[in-house]
Amino acid sequence: MLMRMIRTVQLGLKSLLLHKLRSGLTMLGIVFGVFSVIAMLAIGEGASNQAQKQIVALGATNIIVRSIKPVEGSTQDANSGGTPRYGLLRSDLRRLQNTIPEVVSAIPIRELYREARHLKYTMQSRLVGCTPEYQDLNQLKIRKGRFLSDADRQTRANVVVLAHEVAKKLFPVEDPLDNQAIQVGEIFYSVIGVTEPRTASAAIGGSLSAQEFDKDLYIPIETFRARIGDQVFSPKQGGMDSEHVELNQITLEVRDVKDVIPTAEVVRGTLEKFHPMKDFNVVVPLELLKQAEQLRQIFNVVLGSIAAISLVVGGIGIMNIMLATVTERTREIGIRRALGARRRDIIEQFLTETVVLSGSGGLLGIGLGLITPLAFTLIRDFTLRFVLDGGTLSDTSKMFQEMQPVVAFWSLPLAFGISVGIGILFGLYPAQAAAKLDPIEALRHE
Amino acid sequence: MKLAAQVIDLQKHYDLGPVVVKALRGVSIDFPEGDFVAIMGSSGSGKSTLLNLLGGLDRPSMGKYILGGLDVSQMSDTQLSNVRNQKIGFIFQSYNLITQYTVLENIELPLHYRPGHPSVSAADRKKCEEMAIRVGLGQRLDHRPFQLSGGQQQRVAIARAMMNEPEIILADEATGNLDSVTSTEIMTLLRNLNDEGRTIIMVTHEPDIAMWAKRQIVMRDGVVFKEIKNEVRTTAPTAFAESSDKAFVEHELGKKPAGEGKH
Repeated sequence: MLMRMIRTVQLGLKSLLLHKLRSGLTMLGIVFGVFSVIAMLAIGEGASNQAQKQIVALGATNIIVRSIKPVEGSTQDANSGGTPRYGLLRSDLRRLQNTIPEVVSAIPIRELYREARHLKYTMQSRLVGCTPEYQDLNQLKIRKGRFLSDADRQTRANVVVLAHEVAKKLFPVEDPLDNQAIQVGEIFYSVIGVTEPRTASAAIGGSLSAQEFDKDLYIPIETFRARIGDQVFSPKQGGMDSEHVELNQITLEVRDVKDVIPTAEVVRGTLEKFHPMKDFNVVVPLELLKQAEQLRQIFNVVLGSIAAISLVVGGIGIMNIMLATVTERTREIGIRRALGARRRDIIEQFLTETVVLSGSGGLLGIGLGLITPLAFTLIRDFTLRFVLDGGTLSDTSKMFQEMQPVVAFWSLPLAFGISVGIGILFGLYPAQAAAKLDPIEALRHE
Repeated sequence: MKLAAQVIDLQKHYDLGPVVVKALRGVSIDFPEGDFVAIMGSSGSGKSTLLNLLGGLDRPSMGKYILGGLDVSQMSDTQLSNVRNQKIGFIFQSYNLITQYTVLENIELPLHYRPGHPSVSAADRKKCEEMAIRVGLGQRLDHRPFQLSGGQQQRVAIARAMMNEPEIILADEATGNLDSVTSTEIMTLLRNLNDEGRTIIMVTHEPDIAMWAKRQIVMRDGVVFKEIKNEVRTTAPTAFAESSDKAFVEHELGKKPAGEGKH
């Protein structure tokens, strides 16, 4: 039985090798079909890996509560004389910390977008009022100096930690730690540390862009409150815009991953009682992870289907050629039938030929697919270096910059199986057409 | 005398819509073992139809065909395939070798379609080689059909027809594409096989070739018109005596097997 199968496959290979160019061209359809299935899935897998990494960077055991500005006109104008007052309060922080036992720590943040200045150098940056825990929470690494300390908080010191990019921009020549200070608004802060560059993490709170850390300035949250206060004014066309916000974000750390989702519900419920305006948003990275997983599956199905279309096209090409082959080899079929080949033998012979054709096409496609990540990286690096000349990339293509396609190993047997299946599917009709030929007619065929 | 094959009131009708063509209208012939028959007749006489039925390539509309004691007239397609493989050896006018195969592979081909598909053993291979040597192609086992002359290709076909020890050998204008010298070689080969006891049925329209057989059956209008017993059969020496190529005749008679030194 096995011997016979080997023999049939040898036979198939032999007739295919007889027309090398034709077989090769026919095979090409399947080669590219299989290749695109694997490549598409690898790129999809790479993109979702990237997204997952960013979400994991937010912390799987974290719950992030952010203030959001309610729709215009619906804000409480109680005591602030036209200044909209919204967002999380310091009382919310205490409440969440003290009433929910699963919450291990709660870290508040106050943030503001302002221009930072040193001599003639300026940069639009994000001024972040935070606590020393913020460093661990966001996996920030210190390159030089130190991060904020509890002593800085207690003394409300005017100290700042610069993010990598800010330091580069404001101190192109000098050492930022050499007794230097920067100015934000009217206030000067002395520089105590510089962070390492850090990749952006996933977007939170409905904003589309990823969360960046490279343009940050970190100061103690108490300093923020004492020097800047809750009510801030920003220049706006035709006057000043003002708003009153106590905290922009509270990051809650939960004891165990399994508590994350129920605790998020409790947090939501607790806050809703004090914020009827719904001026906050609860983000659960774990939920994002699950969503990303679902998204990945949809992604895979869509990409895979597109690639599958090319496989079907390849299959039709095979069928076309096999039908031509049957006509061309009518005489041979007649000879074999006269020598005692049954219909089944003829079907087997032609089916083997198509399957050998599509199967070897599949193997070649898999070979090409395996080098996809390498080729992708090479092409991308080439494009970045010589075509785009670096630097001109937007946020979205930054993701593309860091992405690495990963060949999903399950896609290899799948793609091979599909290519063999296509061989059988599209080979069956020509094989049957061959077997149905009348031996007498076939022998007479010129 | 035991019969290798027998047809009884064989009829074959082709339904062409408005008309029914009766290609065979009741043919009864006995073929005893060791027979050598030439079926003659003009085109349209029904000899090709008869040959197709004898070869198990088609089924009769009426009548019986008994081959080696088996009634094959109403067999299924698969059963007929096995009968063709086991009981019939075909020799065609245009040789019908598979062009991409070597001599040895062509001779081997019927073995692959044996009932039950036993794999081809070393002993089978040896038999193929012996058969090739017998027909005078021992030196050309690895040649492909296009590297051979017509006569040599027909030798391959004869070797192939012999592989499964068939009940009957059917030759359809086996010498139709060959010159007279090569025809004589091929007929000699068939004659030798017949002398060993093989039953040979051949279709031809050449009277010279028909004279090699033991008897001739002349078909006309779908029936047997007459049967002639060949009192004086053609043999290799008589055939060569008629040939003008004296040098070749001497060569042929001097050295056997025939045709080996020609290419």
